[in-house]
Amino acid sequence: MMTAVELGLIYAVMALGVYLTFRILDFPDLTVDGSFTTGASITAVSIVSGVPPLLATGMAFGGGLAAGVVTGLLHTKGRINGLLAGILTQIALYSINLRIMGKANVALLRETTLFTPLREAGLTGTWLSVGILLAVAVAILAAIVWFLHTDLGLAMRATGDNPDMIRSFGVNTDNQKILGLALSNGLVAVCGALIAQFQGFADIGMGIGMIVAGLASVIIGQALLGRSSIAIAAGAVVLGSVMYRVVIQLALMAGLNPNDMKLISAVLVVLALVLPQWKGFARMGGAMRGRIASLTDTAIVEKEG
Amino acid sequence: MLRVENVDMTFAAGTVNARVALRDVSLHLAPGDFVTVIGSNGAGKSTLLNVVAGSLRADSGTITVDGRDVTRLNDHQRARYIGRVFQNPAAGTAPHMSIEENLAMALERGQRRGLRWGVSKAKRERFREELTALEQGLDVRLEDWVTLLSGGQRQALSLLMATFSEPKILLLDEHTAALDPQRAALVSRLTSEIVDRFGLTTLMVTHNMDQALRLGKRLVMMHEGRIVLDLDHEQKSRMTVKGLLAEFEKVKGGDLDDSLLQ
Repeated sequence: MMTAVELGLIYAVMALGVYLTFRILDFPDLTVDGSFTTGASITAVSIVSGVPPLLATGMAFGGGLAAGVVTGLLHTKGRINGLLAGILTQIALYSINLRIMGKANVALLRETTLFTPLREAGLTGTWLSVGILLAVAVAILAAIVWFLHTDLGLAMRATGDNPDMIRSFGVNTDNQKILGLALSNGLVAVCGALIAQFQGFADIGMGIGMIVAGLASVIIGQALLGRSSIAIAAGAVVLGSVMYRVVIQLALMAGLNPNDMKLISAVLVVLALVLPQWKGFARMGGAMRGRIASLTDTAIVEKEG
Repeated sequence: MLRVENVDMTFAAGTVNARVALRDVSLHLAPGDFVTVIGSNGAGKSTLLNVVAGSLRADSGTITVDGRDVTRLNDHQRARYIGRVFQNPAAGTAPHMSIEENLAMALERGQRRGLRWGVSKAKRERFREELTALEQGLDVRLEDWVTLLSGGQRQALSLLMATFSEPKILLLDEHTAALDPQRAALVSRLTSEIVDRFGLTTLMVTHNMDQALRLGKRLVMMHEGRIVLDLDHEQKSRMTVKGLLAEFEKVKGGDLDDSLLQ
Protein backbone atom coordinates (compact mmCIF):
# COMPACT_ATOMS: atom_id res chain seq x y z
CA MET A 1 0.00 0.00 0.00
CA MET A 2 2.89 2.38 0.73
CA THR A 3 4.19 1.68 -2.76
CA ALA A 4 0.81 2.71 -4.16
CA VAL A 5 1.06 6.01 -2.30
CA GLU A 6 4.63 6.51 -3.54
CA LEU A 7 3.55 5.78 -7.10
CA GLY A 8 0.58 8.12 -6.70
CA LEU A 9 2.89 10.95 -5.65
CA ILE A 10 5.24 10.34 -8.58
CA TYR A 11 2.34 10.09 -11.04
CA ALA A 12 1.02 13.34 -9.55
CA VAL A 13 3.73 15.11 -11.59
CA MET A 14 2.11 13.78 -14.75
CA ALA A 15 -1.40 14.52 -13.47
CA LEU A 16 -0.37 18.15 -12.87
CA GLY A 17 0.78 18.28 -16.48
CA VAL A 18 -2.54 16.88 -17.66
CA TYR A 19 -4.29 19.44 -15.45
CA LEU A 20 -2.49 22.26 -17.30
CA THR A 21 -3.83 21.17 -20.68
CA PHE A 22 -7.17 19.54 -19.79
CA ARG A 23 -8.43 22.11 -17.29
CA ILE A 24 -6.39 25.28 -17.83
CA LEU A 25 -6.21 25.25 -21.64
CA ASP A 26 -9.38 23.15 -22.09
CA PHE A 27 -7.36 20.95 -24.46
CA PRO A 28 -7.45 17.14 -24.04
CA ASP A 29 -3.87 16.40 -25.06
CA LEU A 30 -3.17 12.82 -26.16
CA THR A 31 0.52 13.54 -26.68
CA VAL A 32 0.90 12.36 -23.09
CA ASP A 33 1.06 8.64 -23.90
CA GLY A 34 4.05 9.30 -26.15
CA SER A 35 5.86 12.00 -24.19
CA PHE A 36 5.71 9.92 -20.98
CA THR A 37 7.74 7.20 -22.68
CA THR A 38 9.98 9.80 -24.30
CA GLY A 39 10.94 11.07 -20.85
CA ALA A 40 11.59 7.53 -19.65
CA SER A 41 13.63 6.64 -22.76
CA ILE A 42 15.82 9.73 -22.66
CA THR A 43 16.56 9.27 -18.98
CA ALA A 44 17.19 5.52 -19.18
CA VAL A 45 19.57 5.81 -22.12
CA SER A 46 21.36 8.78 -20.57
CA ILE A 47 21.82 7.07 -17.21
CA VAL A 48 23.13 3.92 -18.88
CA SER A 49 25.68 6.01 -20.77
CA GLY A 50 26.85 7.64 -17.54
CA VAL A 51 24.87 10.91 -17.31
CA PRO A 52 24.11 11.89 -13.68
CA PRO A 53 20.47 10.95 -12.90
CA LEU A 54 19.37 14.51 -12.04
CA LEU A 55 20.71 15.82 -15.35
CA ALA A 56 19.15 12.85 -17.15
CA THR A 57 15.77 13.77 -15.61
CA GLY A 58 16.28 17.38 -16.70
CA MET A 59 16.94 16.17 -20.24
CA ALA A 60 13.64 14.29 -20.12
CA PHE A 61 11.95 17.60 -19.30
CA GLY A 62 13.53 19.08 -22.43
CA GLY A 63 12.30 16.17 -24.54
CA GLY A 64 8.76 16.62 -23.19
CA LEU A 65 8.86 20.36 -23.91
CA ALA A 66 9.77 19.62 -27.52
CA ALA A 67 6.96 17.07 -27.89
CA GLY A 68 4.45 19.60 -26.54
CA VAL A 69 5.71 22.28 -28.92
CA VAL A 70 5.17 19.92 -31.87
CA THR A 71 1.55 19.22 -30.86
CA GLY A 72 1.05 22.94 -30.26
CA LEU A 73 2.39 23.88 -33.68
CA LEU A 74 0.29 21.21 -35.40
CA HIS A 75 -2.82 22.53 -33.67
CA THR A 76 -2.27 26.29 -33.94
CA LYS A 77 -0.23 26.83 -37.10
CA GLY A 78 -1.34 23.65 -38.90
CA ARG A 79 -4.95 24.17 -37.74
CA ILE A 80 -5.29 20.46 -36.98
CA ASN A 81 -8.00 19.46 -34.52
CA GLY A 82 -6.54 19.27 -31.03
CA LEU A 83 -7.27 15.59 -30.41
CA LEU A 84 -5.84 14.62 -33.78
CA ALA A 85 -2.74 16.79 -33.30
CA GLY A 86 -2.07 14.97 -30.02
CA ILE A 87 -2.59 11.54 -31.54
CA LEU A 88 -0.27 12.34 -34.47
CA THR A 89 2.52 13.41 -32.15
CA GLN A 90 1.91 10.42 -29.91
CA ILE A 91 2.24 7.95 -32.82
CA ALA A 92 5.31 9.73 -34.19
CA LEU A 93 6.87 9.58 -30.74
CA TYR A 94 6.50 5.79 -30.66
CA SER A 95 9.09 5.51 -33.42
CA ILE A 96 11.22 8.26 -31.93
CA ASN A 97 11.20 6.52 -28.55
CA LEU A 98 12.37 3.28 -30.21
CA ARG A 99 15.15 5.27 -31.90
CA ILE A 100 16.18 6.81 -28.59
CA MET A 101 16.34 3.47 -26.79
CA GLY A 102 17.53 1.44 -29.78
CA LYS A 103 15.34 -1.42 -28.53
CA ALA A 104 12.02 -1.90 -26.79
CA ASN A 105 13.37 -2.07 -23.25
CA VAL A 106 16.30 -0.53 -21.34
CA ALA A 107 17.13 -1.87 -17.88
CA LEU A 108 18.45 0.38 -15.10
CA LEU A 109 18.79 -2.29 -12.46
CA ARG A 110 22.46 -1.85 -11.58
CA GLU A 111 22.61 1.87 -12.41
CA THR A 112 22.61 4.75 -9.95
CA THR A 113 19.26 6.58 -10.18
CA LEU A 114 17.55 9.31 -8.19
CA PHE A 115 16.02 6.55 -6.04
CA THR A 116 19.28 4.70 -5.31
CA PRO A 117 20.00 6.64 -2.07
CA LEU A 118 16.49 5.87 -0.79
CA ARG A 119 16.80 2.22 -1.73
CA GLU A 120 20.25 1.79 -0.20
CA ALA A 121 19.07 3.32 3.06
CA GLY A 122 16.16 0.84 2.99
CA LEU A 123 13.64 3.67 2.99
CA THR A 124 11.48 2.73 -0.01
CA GLY A 125 7.97 1.87 1.07
CA THR A 126 8.29 3.77 4.35
CA TRP A 127 6.66 6.96 5.59
CA LEU A 128 9.95 8.82 5.17
CA SER A 129 10.09 7.99 1.50
CA VAL A 130 6.44 9.00 1.15
CA GLY A 131 7.30 12.26 2.93
CA ILE A 132 10.18 12.98 0.56
CA LEU A 133 8.07 12.27 -2.51
CA LEU A 134 5.27 14.36 -1.05
CA ALA A 135 7.69 17.26 -0.59
CA VAL A 136 8.74 16.96 -4.25
CA ALA A 137 5.12 16.83 -5.44
CA VAL A 138 4.17 19.81 -3.28
CA ALA A 139 7.16 21.80 -4.56
CA ILE A 140 6.08 21.22 -8.17
CA LEU A 141 2.47 21.95 -7.20
CA ALA A 142 3.54 25.23 -5.59
CA ALA A 143 5.54 26.21 -8.68
CA ILE A 144 2.49 25.61 -10.91
CA VAL A 145 0.14 27.50 -8.60
CA TRP A 146 2.60 30.39 -8.51
CA PHE A 147 2.99 30.37 -12.30
CA LEU A 148 -0.78 30.43 -12.83
CA HIS A 149 -0.99 33.63 -10.77
CA THR A 150 1.67 35.53 -12.71
CA ASP A 151 0.78 37.82 -15.62
CA LEU A 152 1.80 35.07 -18.02
CA GLY A 153 -0.15 32.43 -16.10
CA LEU A 154 -3.29 34.60 -16.03
CA ALA A 155 -3.07 34.96 -19.80
CA MET A 156 -2.76 31.19 -20.14
CA ARG A 157 -5.81 30.60 -17.94
CA ALA A 158 -7.82 33.14 -19.94
CA THR A 159 -6.74 31.40 -23.16
CA GLY A 160 -8.63 28.33 -21.95
CA ASP A 161 -11.49 30.28 -20.38
CA ASN A 162 -12.27 32.94 -23.01
CA PRO A 163 -9.80 33.18 -25.90
CA ASP A 164 -11.60 36.04 -27.69
CA MET A 165 -11.47 38.13 -24.56
CA ILE A 166 -7.76 37.70 -23.93
CA ARG A 167 -6.96 38.29 -27.61
CA SER A 168 -8.74 41.63 -27.32
CA PHE A 169 -6.17 42.49 -24.64
CA GLY A 170 -3.24 41.72 -26.90
CA VAL A 171 -2.38 38.11 -26.06
CA ASN A 172 -1.41 35.71 -28.84
CA THR A 173 -3.47 32.68 -27.84
CA ASP A 174 -1.54 30.41 -30.21
CA ASN A 175 1.67 31.08 -28.28
CA GLN A 176 -0.12 30.49 -24.98
CA LYS A 177 -1.38 27.10 -26.16
CA ILE A 178 2.07 26.08 -27.40
CA LEU A 179 3.65 27.17 -24.11
CA GLY A 180 1.00 25.34 -22.06
CA LEU A 181 1.36 22.14 -24.08
CA ALA A 182 5.14 22.33 -23.79
CA LEU A 183 5.08 22.78 -19.99
CA SER A 184 2.49 20.05 -19.63
CA ASN A 185 4.43 17.49 -21.66
CA GLY A 186 7.64 18.54 -19.93
CA LEU A 187 6.06 17.53 -16.61
CA VAL A 188 4.71 14.31 -18.13
CA ALA A 189 8.16 13.42 -19.43
CA VAL A 190 9.74 14.12 -16.04
CA CYS A 191 7.17 11.77 -14.54
CA GLY A 192 8.12 9.12 -17.11
CA ALA A 193 11.77 9.65 -16.17
CA LEU A 194 10.99 9.20 -12.47
CA ILE A 195 8.89 6.09 -13.06
CA ALA A 196 11.64 4.51 -15.18
CA GLN A 197 14.11 5.12 -12.37
CA PHE A 198 11.64 3.95 -9.73
CA GLN A 199 10.83 0.66 -11.45
CA GLY A 200 14.34 0.14 -12.84
CA PHE A 201 13.59 0.08 -16.56
CA ALA A 202 12.13 2.00 -19.47
CA ASP A 203 9.77 0.20 -21.81
CA ILE A 204 8.29 1.24 -25.15
CA GLY A 205 4.76 0.40 -23.97
CA MET A 206 4.90 2.11 -20.57
CA GLY A 207 3.04 5.23 -21.76
CA ILE A 208 -0.07 3.42 -22.98
CA GLY A 209 -3.14 4.70 -21.16
CA MET A 210 -1.24 7.41 -19.30
CA ILE A 211 -3.66 10.09 -20.49
CA VAL A 212 -6.53 8.13 -18.95
CA ALA A 213 -4.67 7.81 -15.64
CA GLY A 214 -3.93 11.54 -15.76
CA LEU A 215 -7.52 12.44 -16.52
CA ALA A 216 -8.75 10.09 -13.80
CA SER A 217 -6.51 11.83 -11.27
CA VAL A 218 -7.71 15.28 -12.31
CA ILE A 219 -11.39 14.31 -12.35
CA ILE A 220 -11.39 12.21 -9.16
CA GLY A 221 -9.44 14.79 -7.20
CA GLN A 222 -11.56 17.68 -8.33
CA ALA A 223 -14.77 15.75 -7.71
CA LEU A 224 -13.62 15.47 -4.09
CA LEU A 225 -12.13 18.91 -3.45
CA GLY A 226 -13.73 21.04 -6.19
CA ARG A 227 -11.85 23.74 -8.03
CA SER A 228 -12.91 26.95 -6.41
CA SER A 229 -9.35 28.26 -6.60
CA ILE A 230 -6.23 27.33 -8.51
CA ALA A 231 -4.48 26.09 -5.36
CA ILE A 232 -7.40 23.82 -4.46
CA ALA A 233 -7.87 22.60 -8.04
CA ALA A 234 -4.18 21.75 -8.47
CA GLY A 235 -3.90 20.30 -4.95
CA ALA A 236 -6.91 18.12 -5.76
CA VAL A 237 -5.00 16.71 -8.72
CA VAL A 238 -2.20 15.48 -6.44
CA LEU A 239 -4.75 13.96 -4.11
CA GLY A 240 -6.58 12.42 -7.06
CA SER A 241 -3.39 10.82 -8.33
CA VAL A 242 -2.73 9.15 -4.97
CA MET A 243 -6.38 8.08 -4.68
CA TYR A 244 -6.25 6.56 -8.15
CA ARG A 245 -3.17 4.45 -7.40
CA VAL A 246 -4.61 3.36 -4.07
CA VAL A 247 -7.88 2.32 -5.73
CA ILE A 248 -5.94 0.34 -8.35
CA GLN A 249 -3.91 -1.29 -5.59
CA LEU A 250 -7.06 -2.22 -3.67
CA ALA A 251 -8.58 -3.66 -6.82
CA LEU A 252 -5.49 -5.79 -7.37
CA MET A 253 -5.49 -6.93 -3.75
CA ALA A 254 -9.14 -7.88 -4.14
CA GLY A 255 -7.98 -10.32 -6.78
CA LEU A 256 -8.73 -8.52 -10.02
CA ASN A 257 -6.62 -9.47 -13.01
CA PRO A 258 -3.82 -6.92 -13.64
CA ASN A 259 -4.56 -7.23 -17.36
CA ASP A 260 -7.99 -5.70 -16.70
CA MET A 261 -6.51 -2.57 -15.16
CA LYS A 262 -6.75 -0.42 -18.29
CA LEU A 263 -10.41 -1.38 -18.65
CA ILE A 264 -11.03 -0.56 -15.00
CA SER A 265 -9.23 2.79 -15.41
CA ALA A 266 -11.37 3.68 -18.40
CA VAL A 267 -14.56 2.71 -16.55
CA LEU A 268 -13.46 4.81 -13.55
CA VAL A 269 -13.00 7.89 -15.75
CA VAL A 270 -16.33 7.33 -17.49
CA LEU A 271 -18.07 7.05 -14.13
CA ALA A 272 -16.36 10.17 -12.82
CA LEU A 273 -17.48 12.07 -15.92
CA VAL A 274 -21.03 10.72 -16.15
CA LEU A 275 -22.18 10.32 -12.55
CA PRO A 276 -22.07 14.06 -11.70
CA GLN A 277 -24.63 14.66 -14.51
CA TRP A 278 -27.20 12.39 -12.88
CA LYS A 279 -29.97 13.88 -10.81
CA GLY A 280 -29.13 12.29 -7.48
CA PHE A 281 -25.55 13.42 -7.77
CA ALA A 282 -26.61 16.84 -9.00
CA ARG A 283 -28.70 17.20 -5.84
CA MET A 284 -25.73 16.22 -3.70
CA GLY A 285 -23.56 18.60 -5.67
CA GLY A 286 -26.18 21.30 -5.27
CA ALA A 287 -26.18 20.83 -1.52
CA MET A 288 -22.41 21.15 -1.48
CA ARG A 289 -22.44 24.19 -3.69
CA GLY A 290 -25.10 25.68 -1.44
CA ARG A 291 -22.81 25.19 1.50
CA ILE A 292 -19.96 26.85 -0.32
CA ALA A 293 -22.23 29.71 -1.38
CA SER A 294 -23.35 30.28 2.21
CA LEU A 295 -19.69 30.33 3.21
CA THR A 296 -18.87 32.96 0.61
CA ASP A 297 -21.93 34.95 1.64
CA THR A 298 -20.64 35.15 5.17
CA ALA A 299 -17.28 36.18 3.79
CA ILE A 300 -18.93 39.06 1.95
CA VAL A 301 -20.88 40.11 5.02
CA GLU A 302 -17.68 40.06 7.03
CA LYS A 303 -15.93 42.19 4.45
CA GLU A 304 -18.76 44.68 4.42
CA GLY A 305 -18.87 44.78 8.20
CA MET B 1 -6.74 59.34 -34.37
CA LEU B 2 -8.53 56.69 -36.43
CA ARG B 3 -8.52 56.77 -40.22
CA VAL B 4 -10.46 54.20 -42.20
CA GLU B 5 -9.67 54.75 -45.89
CA ASN B 6 -11.52 53.24 -48.87
CA VAL B 7 -12.27 49.93 -47.18
CA ASP B 8 -14.01 47.23 -49.19
CA MET B 9 -15.11 43.94 -47.76
CA THR B 10 -16.99 41.08 -49.40
CA PHE B 11 -17.89 37.85 -47.62
CA ALA B 12 -17.58 34.60 -49.60
CA ALA B 13 -16.23 36.54 -52.57
CA GLY B 14 -16.39 34.71 -55.90
CA THR B 15 -19.18 32.36 -54.85
CA VAL B 16 -22.93 32.52 -55.40
CA ASN B 17 -23.24 33.49 -51.74
CA ALA B 18 -21.01 36.54 -52.11
CA ARG B 19 -22.28 39.39 -49.97
CA VAL B 20 -20.80 42.86 -50.05
CA ALA B 21 -20.52 44.14 -46.47
CA LEU B 22 -18.50 47.33 -46.96
CA ARG B 23 -18.26 49.48 -50.11
CA ASP B 24 -15.47 52.02 -50.25
CA VAL B 25 -15.99 53.13 -46.65
CA SER B 26 -13.90 56.02 -45.37
CA LEU B 27 -14.26 57.41 -41.87
CA HIS B 28 -11.96 59.70 -39.87
CA LEU B 29 -12.15 60.16 -36.13
CA ALA B 30 -10.34 63.10 -34.54
CA PRO B 31 -8.82 62.57 -31.07
CA GLY B 32 -11.62 62.54 -28.50
CA ASP B 33 -14.31 62.01 -31.16
CA PHE B 34 -17.25 59.84 -30.08
CA VAL B 35 -19.07 58.50 -33.15
CA THR B 36 -22.24 56.42 -33.00
CA VAL B 37 -23.00 54.20 -36.00
CA ILE B 38 -26.57 53.18 -36.81
CA GLY B 39 -28.13 51.21 -39.64
CA SER B 40 -30.39 48.27 -40.28
CA ASN B 41 -29.28 44.64 -40.06
CA GLY B 42 -26.70 43.84 -42.71
CA ALA B 43 -25.80 47.49 -43.18
CA GLY B 44 -22.15 46.72 -42.38
CA LYS B 45 -21.92 48.32 -38.92
CA SER B 46 -20.50 45.29 -37.15
CA THR B 47 -18.26 44.45 -40.11
CA LEU B 48 -16.81 47.96 -39.93
CA LEU B 49 -16.08 47.48 -36.24
CA ASN B 50 -14.52 44.06 -36.83
CA VAL B 51 -12.35 45.43 -39.63
CA VAL B 52 -11.12 48.22 -37.34
CA ALA B 53 -10.48 45.71 -34.52
CA GLY B 54 -8.64 43.33 -36.83
CA SER B 55 -10.98 40.37 -36.29
CA LEU B 56 -11.75 40.63 -40.01
CA ARG B 57 -9.27 41.57 -42.72
CA ALA B 58 -10.58 44.04 -45.30
CA ASP B 59 -10.23 43.14 -48.99
CA SER B 60 -8.77 46.55 -49.73
CA GLY B 61 -8.24 49.91 -48.05
CA THR B 62 -6.19 50.93 -45.03
CA ILE B 63 -6.72 51.39 -41.29
CA THR B 64 -4.51 53.88 -39.45
CA VAL B 65 -4.48 54.37 -35.69
CA ASP B 66 -2.71 57.47 -34.35
CA GLY B 67 -0.60 57.67 -37.51
CA ARG B 68 0.34 53.96 -37.49
CA ASP B 69 -0.78 51.77 -40.35
CA VAL B 70 -2.33 48.74 -38.64
CA THR B 71 -3.95 47.25 -41.76
CA ARG B 72 -1.72 44.20 -41.73
CA LEU B 73 -1.85 43.57 -37.96
CA ASN B 74 -4.26 40.97 -36.59
CA ASP B 75 -6.59 41.51 -33.67
CA HIS B 76 -4.27 40.72 -30.78
CA GLN B 77 -1.53 42.90 -32.28
CA ARG B 78 -3.93 45.83 -32.63
CA ALA B 79 -5.23 45.31 -29.10
CA ARG B 80 -2.37 47.50 -27.90
CA TYR B 81 -4.19 50.50 -29.35
CA ILE B 82 -7.78 49.33 -29.37
CA GLY B 83 -10.13 48.51 -26.48
CA ARG B 84 -13.33 46.68 -27.20
CA VAL B 85 -16.66 45.83 -25.54
CA PHE B 86 -18.72 43.09 -27.16
CA GLN B 87 -22.48 42.70 -27.42
CA ASN B 88 -22.54 39.51 -25.37
CA PRO B 89 -21.81 40.32 -21.70
CA ALA B 90 -20.04 36.94 -21.43
CA ALA B 91 -17.62 37.78 -24.23
CA GLY B 92 -15.54 40.48 -22.58
CA THR B 93 -14.51 38.69 -19.39
CA ALA B 94 -13.02 35.34 -18.34
CA PRO B 95 -15.87 33.70 -16.34
CA HIS B 96 -13.80 31.31 -14.22
CA MET B 97 -11.33 33.88 -13.07
CA SER B 98 -11.82 36.45 -10.33
CA ILE B 99 -12.79 40.06 -10.89
CA GLU B 100 -9.34 41.24 -9.84
CA GLU B 101 -7.62 38.73 -12.13
CA ASN B 102 -9.73 39.94 -15.06
CA LEU B 103 -8.80 43.53 -14.27
CA ALA B 104 -5.12 42.61 -13.93
CA MET B 105 -5.14 41.02 -17.38
CA ALA B 106 -6.87 44.08 -18.82
CA LEU B 107 -4.36 46.45 -17.24
CA GLU B 108 -1.51 44.67 -19.07
CA ARG B 109 -3.12 45.46 -22.44
CA GLY B 110 -0.57 44.95 -25.19
CA GLN B 111 2.34 44.54 -22.75
CA ARG B 112 4.78 41.66 -22.64
CA ARG B 113 3.46 39.35 -19.96
CA GLY B 114 6.14 37.91 -17.72
CA LEU B 115 6.46 36.12 -14.41
CA ARG B 116 5.46 38.99 -12.15
CA TRP B 117 2.65 38.24 -9.68
CA GLY B 118 -0.54 39.22 -11.52
CA VAL B 119 -2.61 40.87 -8.79
CA SER B 120 -0.17 42.89 -6.70
CA LYS B 121 -1.26 44.84 -3.62
CA ALA B 122 -0.88 48.17 -5.39
CA LYS B 123 -3.00 46.95 -8.31
CA ARG B 124 -5.67 45.61 -5.97
CA GLU B 125 -6.00 49.05 -4.37
CA ARG B 126 -6.36 50.64 -7.79
CA PHE B 127 -8.99 48.06 -8.80
CA ARG B 128 -10.94 48.74 -5.64
CA GLU B 129 -11.03 52.46 -6.43
CA GLU B 130 -12.06 51.91 -10.04
CA LEU B 131 -14.81 49.47 -9.04
CA THR B 132 -16.11 51.81 -6.35
CA ALA B 133 -16.56 54.42 -9.08
CA LEU B 134 -18.71 51.92 -11.03
CA GLU B 135 -21.16 51.76 -8.08
CA GLN B 136 -22.04 48.14 -8.81
CA GLY B 137 -20.99 46.80 -5.41
CA LEU B 138 -18.08 45.00 -7.08
CA ASP B 139 -15.40 46.69 -4.96
CA VAL B 140 -16.10 44.20 -2.14
CA ARG B 141 -16.16 41.20 -4.47
CA LEU B 142 -12.66 41.37 -5.95
CA GLU B 143 -12.03 37.66 -5.44
CA ASP B 144 -15.37 36.43 -6.77
CA TRP B 145 -15.50 34.61 -10.08
CA VAL B 146 -16.94 36.77 -12.84
CA THR B 147 -19.45 34.05 -13.72
CA LEU B 148 -21.28 34.95 -10.47
CA LEU B 149 -22.06 38.46 -11.74
CA SER B 150 -25.27 39.57 -13.46
CA GLY B 151 -25.21 40.53 -17.15
CA GLY B 152 -25.28 44.22 -16.31
CA GLN B 153 -22.45 43.89 -13.81
CA ARG B 154 -20.38 41.91 -16.29
CA GLN B 155 -20.91 44.49 -18.98
CA ALA B 156 -19.97 47.30 -16.57
CA LEU B 157 -16.82 45.33 -15.71
CA SER B 158 -16.09 44.73 -19.42
CA LEU B 159 -16.43 48.44 -20.02
CA LEU B 160 -14.00 49.25 -17.23
CA MET B 161 -11.56 46.59 -18.46
CA ALA B 162 -11.68 47.89 -22.02
CA THR B 163 -11.10 51.49 -21.01
CA PHE B 164 -8.99 51.94 -17.87
CA SER B 165 -5.72 51.17 -19.61
CA GLU B 166 -6.65 54.14 -21.85
CA PRO B 167 -6.44 52.65 -25.35
CA LYS B 168 -6.17 55.00 -28.35
CA ILE B 169 -9.51 53.77 -29.68
CA LEU B 170 -12.57 52.34 -27.93
CA LEU B 171 -14.91 50.11 -29.92
CA LEU B 172 -18.41 49.43 -28.57
CA ASP B 173 -20.31 46.71 -30.43
CA GLU B 174 -24.00 47.06 -29.50
CA HIS B 175 -22.77 46.62 -25.96
CA THR B 176 -26.12 47.35 -24.34
CA ALA B 177 -28.29 45.33 -26.76
CA ALA B 178 -28.33 42.15 -24.68
CA LEU B 179 -29.34 43.89 -21.44
CA ASP B 180 -32.78 44.71 -20.04
CA PRO B 181 -33.80 48.40 -20.41
CA GLN B 182 -32.81 49.35 -16.87
CA ARG B 183 -29.32 47.80 -17.10
CA ALA B 184 -28.92 49.13 -20.63
CA ALA B 185 -29.58 52.65 -19.33
CA LEU B 186 -27.05 52.12 -16.55
CA VAL B 187 -24.34 50.86 -18.92
CA SER B 188 -25.12 53.76 -21.29
CA ARG B 189 -24.60 56.23 -18.47
CA LEU B 190 -21.36 54.52 -17.40
CA THR B 191 -20.20 54.61 -21.01
CA SER B 192 -20.56 58.35 -21.36
CA GLU B 193 -18.97 58.94 -17.93
CA ILE B 194 -15.97 56.75 -18.70
CA VAL B 195 -15.46 58.06 -22.23
CA ASP B 196 -15.51 61.63 -20.86
CA ARG B 197 -13.20 60.79 -18.00
CA PHE B 198 -10.47 59.25 -20.17
CA GLY B 199 -11.20 61.40 -23.24
CA LEU B 200 -11.35 58.26 -25.39
CA THR B 201 -11.77 58.29 -29.16
CA THR B 202 -14.81 56.06 -29.50
CA LEU B 203 -16.68 54.24 -32.25
CA MET B 204 -20.01 52.79 -31.08
CA VAL B 205 -22.34 50.58 -33.07
CA THR B 206 -25.98 50.46 -32.01
CA HIS B 207 -29.34 49.84 -33.56
CA ASN B 208 -31.08 51.88 -30.92
CA MET B 209 -31.60 55.31 -32.54
CA ASP B 210 -32.51 56.95 -29.27
CA GLN B 211 -29.21 55.79 -27.74
CA ALA B 212 -27.31 56.87 -30.84
CA LEU B 213 -28.69 60.36 -30.42
CA ARG B 214 -28.13 60.61 -26.68
CA LEU B 215 -24.56 59.28 -26.68
CA GLY B 216 -21.63 60.63 -28.63
CA LYS B 217 -20.69 63.76 -30.53
CA ARG B 218 -21.17 62.55 -34.08
CA LEU B 219 -23.59 60.19 -35.78
CA VAL B 220 -23.04 58.05 -38.85
CA MET B 221 -25.74 56.09 -40.66
CA MET B 222 -24.82 53.09 -42.77
CA HIS B 223 -26.84 51.32 -45.42
CA GLU B 224 -25.81 48.39 -47.60
CA GLY B 225 -22.14 48.80 -46.82
CA ARG B 226 -21.99 52.57 -47.37
CA ILE B 227 -21.94 55.55 -45.07
CA VAL B 228 -25.04 57.43 -46.15
CA LEU B 229 -25.25 60.11 -43.46
CA ASP B 230 -22.64 61.80 -41.26
CA LEU B 231 -23.93 64.33 -38.73
CA ASP B 232 -21.54 66.58 -36.82
CA HIS B 233 -22.13 67.56 -33.21
CA GLU B 234 -24.39 70.48 -34.03
CA GLN B 235 -26.50 68.67 -36.62
CA LYS B 236 -26.73 65.68 -34.30
CA SER B 237 -27.96 67.76 -31.37
CA ARG B 238 -30.84 69.00 -33.54
CA MET B 239 -31.67 65.56 -34.91
CA THR B 240 -34.59 63.48 -33.59
CA VAL B 241 -35.51 59.81 -33.87
CA LYS B 242 -38.28 60.89 -36.28
CA GLY B 243 -35.76 62.78 -38.36
CA LEU B 244 -33.48 59.74 -38.48
CA LEU B 245 -36.34 57.52 -39.56
CA ALA B 246 -37.16 59.97 -42.34
CA GLU B 247 -33.51 59.94 -43.45
CA PHE B 248 -33.55 56.17 -43.34
CA GLU B 249 -36.69 56.01 -45.52
CA LYS B 250 -35.02 58.39 -47.97
CA VAL B 251 -32.04 56.05 -48.36
CA LYS B 252 -34.23 53.02 -48.75
CA GLY B 253 -36.33 54.85 -51.35
CA GLY B 254 -33.14 55.77 -53.18
CA ASP B 255 -32.40 52.11 -53.37
CA LEU B 256 -35.73 51.35 -54.93
CA ASP B 257 -35.15 54.00 -57.57
CA ASP B 258 -31.79 52.45 -58.35
CA SER B 259 -33.29 49.05 -58.87
CA LEU B 260 -36.02 50.48 -61.09
CA LEU B 261 -33.42 52.14 -63.25
CA GLN B 262 -31.51 48.95 -63.81
